[in-house]
Amino acid sequence: MFSQMLSSLTDGLLLGFVYGVAAMGLTLIWGVMSVINLAHGPVIALGMFGTYLLFTHLGVNPYLGLVVVAVFGLALGFVIYGAAVHRVINAPHLSSLLATFSVNMIIIGLGTAIFSTSPQNIDFPLGSVEIGFLTLPVTRLLATVGAVLFTAALYLFLYFTRPGKAIRAVANNRRAAELMGIPSSLVLALSFGLGTMLAAVAGGLISTFFPFTILSGGPYELKSFVICVLGGLGNPLGALLGGLILGGLEGLIPAFMPVSWVPVVEFGLFVLVLLLRPSGLLGAK
Amino acid sequence: MKFWRQPGFWLPVAIVLLWGGAVLALRQDTIRETAFTVLMFVALASSLNILLGYTGYVSFGHIVFFGLGGYTGFYLLSEQGWPLYLAAVAGGLLSALIALLVGLAVLRLRGAYFALATIGINEAARAFVSNFGPFGAATGLFVNFSAYEKYGGASQALWTTFTFLWLTTLAVLVVSFLVKHSRFGLGLLAIREDEDAAMVMGVRAPRAKTITYVISAFFPGIIGTLYFFKNGNVEPGDAFQLHMSIEMLVMVMLGGMGTLLGPILGAVGYQGLRGYLLTSPIFKDLHLAVAGLILLLIILFVPAGAVGWVRHRFRGLSRVLE
Amino acid sequence: MKRFGWCLLSLALAGFFFAALGQAALAAEPKTVVIGFTASQTGKLNVEAIRQINGLNLWIEQVNKAGGLKLPDGTQVKFAAKFYDDESKKERVQELYTKLISTDKADFLISPYSSGLADAAAVIAQQYNKIMITAGAASDSTYKKGYTLIYQTYTPASRYLTGAIDLLSKMDPQARKVAIVNEKDKFSTDVVNALKAYAEKKGYQVVLFEGYDSGTADFAPFINKIPADVDAVMGGGHYADTSTFARQLFEKGVKAKMVALLVAPPEPKFAELGEAAYGVIGASQWQPEAKYGPESAKKEGLEFVGISVADFDKTYKEKFKEEPSYHSAGGYVSGVILAEAIKKAGSTETPKVKQAMDEMNIMTFYGHIKFDNTPKEHGLQVGHDMVYSQWQKKQGKLVNEVVWPESAQTAKAIFYFPR
Repeated sequence: MFSQMLSSLTDGLLLGFVYGVAAMGLTLIWGVMSVINLAHGPVIALGMFGTYLLFTHLGVNPYLGLVVVAVFGLALGFVIYGAAVHRVINAPHLSSLLATFSVNMIIIGLGTAIFSTSPQNIDFPLGSVEIGFLTLPVTRLLATVGAVLFTAALYLFLYFTRPGKAIRAVANNRRAAELMGIPSSLVLALSFGLGTMLAAVAGGLISTFFPFTILSGGPYELKSFVICVLGGLGNPLGALLGGLILGGLEGLIPAFMPVSWVPVVEFGLFVLVLLLRPSGLLGAK
Repeated sequence: MKFWRQPGFWLPVAIVLLWGGAVLALRQDTIRETAFTVLMFVALASSLNILLGYTGYVSFGHIVFFGLGGYTGFYLLSEQGWPLYLAAVAGGLLSALIALLVGLAVLRLRGAYFALATIGINEAARAFVSNFGPFGAATGLFVNFSAYEKYGGASQALWTTFTFLWLTTLAVLVVSFLVKHSRFGLGLLAIREDEDAAMVMGVRAPRAKTITYVISAFFPGIIGTLYFFKNGNVEPGDAFQLHMSIEMLVMVMLGGMGTLLGPILGAVGYQGLRGYLLTSPIFKDLHLAVAGLILLLIILFVPAGAVGWVRHRFRGLSRVLE
Repeated sequence: MKRFGWCLLSLALAGFFFAALGQAALAAEPKTVVIGFTASQTGKLNVEAIRQINGLNLWIEQVNKAGGLKLPDGTQVKFAAKFYDDESKKERVQELYTKLISTDKADFLISPYSSGLADAAAVIAQQYNKIMITAGAASDSTYKKGYTLIYQTYTPASRYLTGAIDLLSKMDPQARKVAIVNEKDKFSTDVVNALKAYAEKKGYQVVLFEGYDSGTADFAPFINKIPADVDAVMGGGHYADTSTFARQLFEKGVKAKMVALLVAPPEPKFAELGEAAYGVIGASQWQPEAKYGPESAKKEGLEFVGISVADFDKTYKEKFKEEPSYHSAGGYVSGVILAEAIKKAGSTETPKVKQAMDEMNIMTFYGHIKFDNTPKEHGLQVGHDMVYSQWQKKQGKLVNEVVWPESAQTAKAIFYFPR
């Protein structure tokens, strides 16, 4: 029983890192411009497809392909920001929610037309590693490593580069930042791009060990909401922590009840946190 | 002025009245099927409008009332043998009850937090029903085919269900108008504009919002029961579709939120577009993308929706187009 | 006046003559029977569904090429298919079957693949009074709902994995512990409920009995709950999830003596899993090595109808450049059954064809076909049996062998672990 629990917990935590990266993308966008990006899910799915296409058509190693997917995610963010979000950035929340949701519909619609909804797989078996009584697939271990690397890179970017500091300034107080000469629209677009980049990368990592379709982003989007609220909307470190908590819960809960109760607990917790402590564990922006 | 004389009232009501009447008179199965889907969305969108249009609270997961009320109503009629009318109303009442309990807690949240909470509630409800034995858990519930005999056979049952839906749609429109043109409704509109100011002026916002939430949840519960009865079965995946919830939102926005005619135009327009796209060979796979594009254009350029835009351009019509 | 009378008489005679000619012409005119169905050409059920419609379309092509069916009154009946993509979605199925019946005027219906979708279509078929033959739909529950026009080609779910228990007792009489993990849909639920009851009756201990939501990709929480000393892992659902489950069972190094799963292992595509497929047993409705034919039919006192196993295998391979699986066979035999019913009824009218279906008791390349006639389970398939296949290695390559029942065996079953 104990060994099973430890095994489940480890699996959950490994996955939790990847969840955290995805959630960081969402929380960054919220933190900087108070927009909840409802196109988050489809961007994750596009990351999955990007890695898959690079692997099957160009033979690129999925892990190297992630760099290309990251750049693509960044560019996509700029496009979505310019096309949909910029005009409604100062409008009531409903407008930006619906605007990003319409982008969601557009991406899913185009994706379904191009790729159909049949499941795809990346066949890149790397075997498993045995650590004591734990059997860990290498793909999941590498995904965790990738997640940690991207998190570290984001942190370095936000705290040690000029654009990063500009982003933090705009997140803090947009008017003041503009007064200081920071081009806020460009910075907002960059932040959105970073957010979608993280989402795409998370998708790419997930595609190395799970099958996927263009609709697979949906569940991860929902998980990202839960994680962001858990950790505090707008707080990237909170997102990572929230991801680990969620992953851990997903690993532990099945030991005590049928696995299909996990979503009930997840969303029940979600609503509870919203009601009791909407600023989350580490405080919202 | 007696409300039934106002064109803002009788125009939408007359449209639905004539439409349903025509379908019943023609007695054609294919026409009834299409009309059922569109009327269903008219009623759902109008119900959502009571909350969204009048108080400004965006419920992304409103479909949960369709699902929970529908499941309850279907359970009563399939497992307990209740007649359709009674079961549907019971389903509506259950949805209203859930809205009351949930609303008291969740309506304290504002803006995006409220929207996210409604999504969370929908997902939690779906996961719960998926594990709930009496509701059939993951494989859902079904009616034994002989149940249709009670209504004079399958064909007659389908027509009866349609008539019931038609009457429900009319009821939603009437209630929607009554709410809007009452003192209660004025308070809601004040909440929509600025909740804190409204409270300062004496509007009891928490109570008003909860009552509105309950009203907006009642009708989807009835409609859910009717829809599942028509299909003969229900599974968790059918009852809590987030996409259907968002489509309701799109229809309200498309037609113009806060108006009576808006949800009707929005539902007809959206369903018409979807129907055309699905059967056209070029757009068959792209219908979601096209719908998304249209929604985006509306949000960016015409946020008041069709009715709002017309009222703005043609001031004289604002008395007629409610 | 007299001339006028003669004119009238000759006109009348001419009229009668032409009418009679017309009647005869009408009778000899070819009639096209429209077979309506939806197929999951996209979506998560597409692998199995495409196999199924391949089989059905092959049958339609072959029967039309042979000139169609000839009815006793001389009419030549040809068949045409009308189908849509249901995207593996239930709402689409219900919309589209209503369209097939009302707008496209389908005469007979074939179900979509999978019990869930077939169940949704069955309601519509019965509501509008059309006969529907279900292929790819094994769930028993559909036939307990009071339908009278729905007929099942597949062996019911309740008989799917019970044979695996018998095989396990033969392979290792000491085995005691069975873990069951299944998809939470009608078909798999029916399978495992019957499996659990049968296993416990035979003295086995079911150490895990859990379901996963359709579309699950992460099976680690379930695999972690399987005790290390389990003897057999059984279950699964449809192709996409079952093949992922099999892959993850292998990745996690599960040490069971038997792994018996639904739907996926009998499909030739399963070999793509490589090492993860080796040793996996699948429950199959039909394999190309099946021995159904005129001799086995005579032994059971039945008439043999339709194409032979060898010809089906050959023509399917020629047309589609792939091995047929039992999903293909199921699609093909639906056509055979329909044609036989129309022939015996001598007409294409629903009540007469229904009676012929109720009375049917034949042998085909796919096996024995007979339907339940009692009101409680009308339409359930009561004649057909399952076989069990396993992926083994011949000269280093993965091949699918029939391992159970012993009368149909092409190789002896091996343990999943140790390999």
